Amino acid sequence: MSASSGNIPRWVDVGLIPLINILMAFFVSGLIILLIGEDPIEAVGILLYGAWGTDYGIGYTLYYTTNFVFTGLAVAVAFHAGLFNIGGEGQAYIGGLGVGLMLLAFDNSLPLILIVPISIMASALFGAAWAYIPAYLQAYRGSHIVITTIMFNFIASALMVYLLVNVLIQPGQMSPQSREFAETSWLPFMHEALAWFGISITRSPLNLSIFWALICCALVWAFIWRTRWGYEIRTVGFNETAAVYAGINPKKIIILAMCVSGGLAGFVGLNEILGVHHRLLLNFQLGYGFAGIAVALMGRNHPIGIIFASLLFGTLYQGGAELSFDMPKVTREMVEVVQGLVILFSGALALMIKPTVERIYAVITAVTSGRRSAVEG
Amino acid sequence: MDEFFILVVSTLDATIRVAAPLVLAALAGLYAERSGVIDIGLEGKMLAAAFAAAAASFVMDSAWAGLLAGVSISVILALIHGFACITHKGNQVVSGVAINILVAGLTVTLGIAWFAQGGQTPSLTNDARFSPLIWPGAQAVKDVPFIGGLYTEIISGHNLLAYVAYLAVPLTWWVVYRTRFGLRLRAVGENPAAVDTAGISVTALRYQAMICCGFLCGIAGTYLSTAQNAGFVKNMTAGQGFIALAAMIFGKWKPVPAMMACLLFGFLDAVANRIQGVSMPLVGEIPVQLIQALPYILTVILLAGFIGKAVAPKASGIPYVKER
Repeated sequence: MSASSGNIPRWVDVGLIPLINILMAFFVSGLIILLIGEDPIEAVGILLYGAWGTDYGIGYTLYYTTNFVFTGLAVAVAFHAGLFNIGGEGQAYIGGLGVGLMLLAFDNSLPLILIVPISIMASALFGAAWAYIPAYLQAYRGSHIVITTIMFNFIASALMVYLLVNVLIQPGQMSPQSREFAETSWLPFMHEALAWFGISITRSPLNLSIFWALICCALVWAFIWRTRWGYEIRTVGFNETAAVYAGINPKKIIILAMCVSGGLAGFVGLNEILGVHHRLLLNFQLGYGFAGIAVALMGRNHPIGIIFASLLFGTLYQGGAELSFDMPKVTREMVEVVQGLVILFSGALALMIKPTVERIYAVITAVTSGRRSAVEG
Repeated sequence: MDEFFILVVSTLDATIRVAAPLVLAALAGLYAERSGVIDIGLEGKMLAAAFAAAAASFVMDSAWAGLLAGVSISVILALIHGFACITHKGNQVVSGVAINILVAGLTVTLGIAWFAQGGQTPSLTNDARFSPLIWPGAQAVKDVPFIGGLYTEIISGHNLLAYVAYLAVPLTWWVVYRTRFGLRLRAVGENPAAVDTAGISVTALRYQAMICCGFLCGIAGTYLSTAQNAGFVKNMTAGQGFIALAAMIFGKWKPVPAMMACLLFGFLDAVANRIQGVSMPLVGEIPVQLIQALPYILTVILLAGFIGKAVAPKASGIPYVKER
């Protein structure tokens, strides 16, 4: 993309430099753990065991991973069109509302085989609708999408509080939650699904929506790199003026990309509402929308990268929760710190070390080629 | 009549108190955006300052130490934002998001490690806080009808930082529109190449703007934890940085209209707290959530161009690259 990337080979540009950025983020995180008086090396050990050491831990890790895949893909699709969707939080919230409303209407009357596709469509539609308004305002009224999506996060939050406190609350209950859905409409948990095949694992919130997350990765890959829409999205993201000359209507592409993005974010509602909580409640989406930004940045907006980044963040979430039992000073919030540092180093400061790496690489190639010519001479 | 008057005065009094940190943060955003740097990290800087101020005030038992700590940490964060966006031409929105998330986690982590109270700081005594200043004669005229109420409740009786907030508005107006720095600041946000051609460093100007931004955010955060409240609570800014951002946009990147927007949003907040569960004539009970969401809804409507036109500084959000 930039003129200077010709100086260094591709593996340095897409492999080594992002790796160094992430290591810098982890290094600073380690310093912070040292600062609060704990041993970072020991913390990493506990964290990894907590996330991957037991089938219970793995279940939780993969459950968190599912949400990160959805919001990471959401941010990535918008990024490809050159748009910054920081409204994933609100779109996930409203996507969950869509699932909840469908279930409250149909949970007793429809079989699971129909409930699942209806829920998928409802979460996508509601999430997309919540992204449509900022997208329309960006495309046709010139409002800055970053600001409007931030505003829509807060509007979504107020709307959900209103609906749950005043409309959807279970009668006779104090806490703002809807009634529980009929058990026949629950998306099976992984431990239940595996039990059908005689495999027994510990209970965890991991449910079948992780397969939908993987399918979404494949679909997003095909959409972005194998369809005309994806091509047009990337063209608009790369150069809007050139896109116009190529006969692409950027306004329509902005709306398309944002609606796909919002729909993907809405699937968090599928995992949380249909898969885990089985009722509508407040703040089930908290933090996942913003984490999606870190996931997309680390995954370089590619589904494969997003899967790995999501696994990393899933590990941090679950391992961080376990860590707080052994090290009371290292809590879930420490994960937020790591997340913020990852966004800072591999996002905002992504280009910081590039000139240095280029210079070192130039020196190394000069030295090795010099030695080679010395040997030959 | 009398009861109604007391209600009006107390609502206006609450408006001024709620709007003060918004005014400071909105002006902070104004400096940044007028120089061409988008700053959605106002929230994070306020939160960091609130924590640092409460922690330092508690340890040193002095509100001034708190203010110093709050302003320092906020300026450091503003400089980190500048380092990423100005020096390394990173994405300004990404950097702002990073600072918000980092601070949200770090304040709680450090709070637990240092004070072991679940992420809060211990509550501050009155010496370690900015207390209300009672103006001369406030007690004497308290019972004078109308004027007495206005003077004692609305003009007198706020803390020092609240007065600083409202004095910062004319000061900012003067800096932005009447000084050489202000002229350059506005120019660098509209056309950095022209500023560069005139032999003035775009980088230096933008860093100066970020320092102003950090300074004001620092006071705003300090206000939250050592003046409005007596200590730091987890995520105590609760979106106020974003409301301030909205207010700055609503005020079309100008100091006085931005303050008016803050007062409007503060007024909505004060009203929302008072009409909770109260049935209004004609319309019935207004949902509190609707009033709380109004600042955001109004800002979206404004941005959509339905009430006037909000035009951001032309170069805001674009890193300046010398010699293309």
